[in-house]
Amino acid sequence: MSTQTYYVPEQSRFPIFMALSLFLLVMGASSTINNLDNPESNSAYILYAGFISLFTTLFFWFRQVIKEHLAGLDSNQLKTSYVYGMAWFIFSEVMFFAAFFGALFYVRSFAVPWLSGEGENGVGISAIGLWEGFESSWPVMTTPDKGAEYALAEKSMAWPGWGHALEWLPLWNTIVLLSSSVTVHFAHIGLKNGDRKKFNRFLGITVGLALIFVGLQAAEYYEAYAHYGLTLNSGIYGSTFFMLTGFHGFHVMMGGFMLAVMLARSVFAGHFEDHDHFGFEAASWYWHFVDVVWVMLFLFVYIL
Amino acid sequence: MSAVIENHHDDHHHGPAKGLTRWLYTTNHKDIGTLYLWFSFAMFLIGGAMALVIRAELFQPGMQIVEPEFYNQMITLHGLIMIFGGVMPAFVGLANWLVPMMIGAPDMALPRMNNLSFWILPFAFFILLSSLFMEGGAPNFGWTFYAPLSTTYAPPSVTFFIFSVHIMGASSIMGAINVVVTIMNMRAPGVTLMKMPLFVWSWLITAYLLIAVMPVLAGAVTMMLMDIHFGTSFFNAAGGGDPVLFQHIFWFFGHPEVYIMILPAFGIVSHIIETFSRKQLFGYSSMVWAMLSIAILSFVVWAHHMFTVGLPLAAELFFMWATMLIAVPTGVKVFNWVATMFKGSLTFETPMLFAIAFVVLFTIGGLSGLMLAIVPADFQYHDTYFVVAHFHYVLVPGAIFSIMAAVYYWIPKWSGNMYDERLGKLHFWLSFIGVNVTFFPQHFIGLAGMPRRYPDYALQFADWNMVSSVGAFLFGVSQILFLFIVVKTVMGGKKATDQVWEGARGLEWTVASPAPYHTFTTPPKVD
Repeated sequence: MSTQTYYVPEQSRFPIFMALSLFLLVMGASSTINNLDNPESNSAYILYAGFISLFTTLFFWFRQVIKEHLAGLDSNQLKTSYVYGMAWFIFSEVMFFAAFFGALFYVRSFAVPWLSGEGENGVGISAIGLWEGFESSWPVMTTPDKGAEYALAEKSMAWPGWGHALEWLPLWNTIVLLSSSVTVHFAHIGLKNGDRKKFNRFLGITVGLALIFVGLQAAEYYEAYAHYGLTLNSGIYGSTFFMLTGFHGFHVMMGGFMLAVMLARSVFAGHFEDHDHFGFEAASWYWHFVDVVWVMLFLFVYIL
Repeated sequence: MSAVIENHHDDHHHGPAKGLTRWLYTTNHKDIGTLYLWFSFAMFLIGGAMALVIRAELFQPGMQIVEPEFYNQMITLHGLIMIFGGVMPAFVGLANWLVPMMIGAPDMALPRMNNLSFWILPFAFFILLSSLFMEGGAPNFGWTFYAPLSTTYAPPSVTFFIFSVHIMGASSIMGAINVVVTIMNMRAPGVTLMKMPLFVWSWLITAYLLIAVMPVLAGAVTMMLMDIHFGTSFFNAAGGGDPVLFQHIFWFFGHPEVYIMILPAFGIVSHIIETFSRKQLFGYSSMVWAMLSIAILSFVVWAHHMFTVGLPLAAELFFMWATMLIAVPTGVKVFNWVATMFKGSLTFETPMLFAIAFVVLFTIGGLSGLMLAIVPADFQYHDTYFVVAHFHYVLVPGAIFSIMAAVYYWIPKWSGNMYDERLGKLHFWLSFIGVNVTFFPQHFIGLAGMPRRYPDYALQFADWNMVSSVGAFLFGVSQILFLFIVVKTVMGGKKATDQVWEGARGLEWTVASPAPYHTFTTPPKVD
């Protein structure tokens, strides 16, 4: 370790503005959601104000961090702190997805079979006359209440068989996202070799692939809502399908946005050196993480 | 390059900024620690006032003071505020103050994020408390917010509750990442992992638990939000979901959460007992391994909160045995504390009194926990006052006593002044008597069958409930004394020496009292 003293930043206004933005954001979100069926409500403006102030604060905060870094204020130790910090942040994201995967595994392995009457010693829920006639299957196409409260989907997103594999969007999405992990890696190699052209090119391709993924995912959702009757309201299959793929899609957008920012920094400001580019590295780690989550989704939500 | 750094550092040594902005914009771990501690104390008083509303209602059978609906809001908010606003921020405040000084670091690793972690909390609790004034009242489904009570049957304010939990979680995750990174990356040369003070170890493990489970809680409340407003059926059997799924996810968060609230206490108590026994701590490495084992086991015991929901027999057995296994590392810790005191030159200053009370009373809470771990017995105890007595024994004379012990132990270092020992001891004895009078009788009424979370009860529970309420008011009022002692110490008093306590060891006792605004801008030498 160097004998450099550690850079402790001066007082900063960013955190309190960030906290205030989050406050506006969640107050706005809560009141908007509570007033969804009330067209008179103005709560959405609080939500917009929250979003605007959040993004503004983040912009200036990150700008400050980048400036300090370029001014040489960051010691090696602080750089290591950023590395560890990003790694643990990704771990927390893993655990967020774990909650939804856990829910998926639980309903598939336990809840749905139990609702159809399976249970210990043959004394299942059917013994008390609940949900009679409900057949356990996955995807659950007919809900236990037979569509009384929940709308029934006609078709699921599951593997359509080899004959229809090529017209199956999730397969293409998988190809797109896996390739983007490779291209972001090529960009990294380019940067490490000091080849900025290669870096910009491959990072640009990665951002493009991210956009294609989001577009395909939107097409898939449109298909589900418009043609399959598969919605958030289609019982537990729709719930798990849309929440898992939806949160993943949201993370793709965040990761893609991060990479786009890195691209802009490289193209317009000439940031990043061959030995000094953690901002990009953090974004690419995030991108690989999003990719791994997709592989899990592809396996457990679509195929199996 | 180093010139830039030096220049930048020059204006640093002037000390804190003046006025309110010092607290709003600060990046200093000591300032932020102070903010956390005062905030948690304010929450402790608010949550405590709610507890007194509950105990006042339960003073006699029948409905006296509040409506049942309001009573339900009180039990819910009391739990949420004490856990997320009282105990957790208090420990984070202690971590902020102590971890950098204990490992010889100049500050926390990510100082601006540190400020953000704190300032989210006042906003989050403003939202939570404001729900009291909303249409339909505050959340009324208990701090565990089981579906469908918290979804289908919840008041509209549940949406605000969900989002306030979201930002509280964000605060906790950022705070925990900061602690982990500080400990992993900022130790002075020579402070190896197995030379770290136990409080630092306990917080490293706690922070890991926080990062692992707070996102799971975020997932749980997100599913609630979707079920309530957007038509999903995670917790509704009519759509193929399961209300029990909520309990699984909640307790997968909830059980590690329990240890988040006790592991830092283990660290604190180890320091205090070591100091006032004037001996080296017995079994340092076994203390570390015990905490690690407890943390790992905490991920595989969650369903012991759900024995009565109709789990398969194999699951009941697995969770029973796994839970009992936790008694082994916990027993190791209790043994080590006792062995440290054995043949030591003990003195009984206020922190030591709180620490010894912790060891005894936490063990009582641990033993009632073992009783609850026995599946057939739990069928009898489940959701009775026995459970209430159990978790209050581990949280009040457990977590909260350890926080008070820590305040008495380190406040001379923080403020430069000694607290009034006579008043400190008075505070201890009043709290000790108050806590036991409040919670010990709850074991009896629980075993006799009084269910928790009801504003009224059958006549046979009347006597012990009255005793319990008297104890609660004694305990509550004695905390005003605590506030007085702390304020008096901060304002002035006998000057503390640098080492403060005769037997105290560790880096934080090598710096001046009060600790300078910036400590260890160059790493200290540690052998």
